[in-house]
Amino acid sequence: MKRIYVKEEWCLGCRLCEYNCAFANSGMTDMVKALRGKEIHPRIQVETDADGITYAVSCRHCTDPICVKSCIAGAISKKDGVIEIDHSKCVGCLTCVLVCPYGCVVEDEGGAAQKCELCMKNTCGAPACVKGCPNGAIVYEERGEAE
Amino acid sequence: MNFYPEFEVVRNDSRCIRCRVCERQCANEVHWYDADGKVMLSDESKCVNCQRCVTLCPTRALKIVKSDCRLRENANYSDQTIKEIYRQAETGGVLLSSMGNPNPLPVYWDKILINASQVTNPPIDPLREPMETRVFLGKKPEHITRNADGTLNTQLAPQLTLSMPVMFSAMSYGSISYNAHASLARAASALGICYNTGEGGLHEDFYKYGKNTIVQVASGRFGVHKDYLEAGAAIEIKMGQGAKPGIGGHLPGTKAVGDVAKTRMIPEGSDAISPAPHHDIYSIEDLRQLVYSLKEATEYRLPVIVKVAAVHNIAAIASGIARSGADIIAIDGFRGGTGAAPTRIRDNDGIPIEPALAAVDKRLRDEGIRNNVSIVCGGSVRSASDVVKAIALGADACYIATAACLAMGCHLCRSCHTGKCNWGIATQRPDLVKRLNPDIGSQRLINLMDAWRHEIKELMGGMGINSIEALRGNRLMLRGVGLTEKELEILGIAHAGE
Ligand code: SF4
Ligand code: SF4
Ligand code: SF4
Ligand code: SF4
Repeated sequence: MKRIYVKEEWCLGCRLCEYNCAFANSGMTDMVKALRGKEIHPRIQVETDADGITYAVSCRHCTDPICVKSCIAGAISKKDGVIEIDHSKCVGCLTCVLVCPYGCVVEDEGGAAQKCELCMKNTCGAPACVKGCPNGAIVYEERGEAE
Repeated sequence: MNFYPEFEVVRNDSRCIRCRVCERQCANEVHWYDADGKVMLSDESKCVNCQRCVTLCPTRALKIVKSDCRLRENANYSDQTIKEIYRQAETGGVLLSSMGNPNPLPVYWDKILINASQVTNPPIDPLREPMETRVFLGKKPEHITRNADGTLNTQLAPQLTLSMPVMFSAMSYGSISYNAHASLARAASALGICYNTGEGGLHEDFYKYGKNTIVQVASGRFGVHKDYLEAGAAIEIKMGQGAKPGIGGHLPGTKAVGDVAKTRMIPEGSDAISPAPHHDIYSIEDLRQLVYSLKEATEYRLPVIVKVAAVHNIAAIASGIARSGADIIAIDGFRGGTGAAPTRIRDNDGIPIEPALAAVDKRLRDEGIRNNVSIVCGGSVRSASDVVKAIALGADACYIATAACLAMGCHLCRSCHTGKCNWGIATQRPDLVKRLNPDIGSQRLINLMDAWRHEIKELMGGMGINSIEALRGNRLMLRGVGLTEKELEILGIAHAGE
């Protein structure tokens, strides 16, 4: 299955991926209309470590996903390898946010859980963060099932 | 003295989403976010118009425009001339510039047109018929010679084989970044052409690209040792550079850090000064000694290139070089780029490459020594048609550097000498060097050269020529427009309509 992989060596910490993610999942066709004057809730987060190294983290789509096991409402499932959240079922307990070892499940605007679904449910068709990354620091590729 | 800035940052606030990408990406610290007013502010006086922020702004909210606040118009004392005087009056310093001469001096390529076949001589379709773009640079035999047993003597002087008549010219590690070198080396090796180390030595990581590397020996001799010489496919003696003929180089100590210093074999933080002359070369005989020392050191396996700037007596100089034992002459025209040069020298010294090339080719032919050497020309070869025109004027191959930098992302802001290249090319600052991912850089160089190769084939096909060798020196394929009798005579071409 194709996944998003991080090449932190090339990450510039520009945070374009966060904005492209927020726009892709806004359901709107204009980025200005979607994001101007709003606080963004992206599903990919650019982290900075103590040495100033930056890298963008999003869901690993684990082979054995702990978030799926932890969800008390059965809102998280695995479909063709992609871990998805059914927002109509999420009760907002945020257990999944606590258990994800990568910190990849986050709270959305309304207090429910949200996570990267590889832009499969929006109109992008392929991860918007990867498409917009100026330096190839995140890639979307097939590397086999490692975990 | 304070001037109104040269550029203005125009931000369309109704489009700005305050993502602060511009702020994070500008090494000149032009943009910042004001949390109180929740707006992006800017200090345009620091802007060099590199367009990094414009390119990365996700909502196209930004543009950089030339300021229209100018000193009172004067055709003799231009705004720039006056401000340069103010600046020198203030600092007492020599003005520094980078990249090639930007002044509106004649570009002869643009006044030369290429022939095409009609009716009586069929054009060739490069998509259907084979086309040869491969070239061999080096000394060619004058006549066929036979061995004692009557068989043909096939022993040739060492040749540099290129899949197409274009190479990436010298840019040192130090003047450009590790990632820029990595991109050039990887692209040259994938393309079957060569890149050139410049005078900064060869980083140990790049020895593996040796088959596609020209190692340079310049007046400072930085980074030169036996393994270095043996690592390359050819050795280039740099006598001069088109952007700054007659002067040497100066890599400030601030850039001679870490691997740059190690590769140059100089102490960290020390200025790397390349003298104007090679102190052991004051004549063609001296040059011959260096040519043969280098050949001796590498057991006569490698062709030796002598690179000179195009200057007034270039034809006579080239004639001397062709007799010095060198295999290849590289001529660099006055529009060639540089990482830093005194402005006055860059903008006023040397001559354009087109007449220089034509004059050298003619002189060597007239003297019957054209086959002693191959000719490589550089100093603003911008496109496939420039390459074709250069070959028809007599070049065996072209050197490109500015076009290669553009392929890697350079936006020609001409501030390389500040060391803060926002595109990760002319800088050693790790956070900026990182901006050039060699996976992307090398692929873009490969794409550019693939595109040029297709265009060269199409232009050749149009002329009914199927091999680049058959185009070399074929000036009948060129016509001039808007050139004087004298210019046409030097270029050795007829006027359009003749
Ligand atoms: S867009 Fe790419 S370079 Fe920029 S922060 Fe995200 S991963 Fe890093
Ligand atoms: S949310 Fe976390 S635990 Fe769940 S699949 Fe993604 S990375 Fe794995
Ligand atoms: S220097 Fe470059 S990145 Fe900075 S504001 Fe000017 S154009 Fe934008
Ligand atoms: S990059 Fe563009 S949208 Fe983002 S803060 Fe700068 S001007 Fe605004």
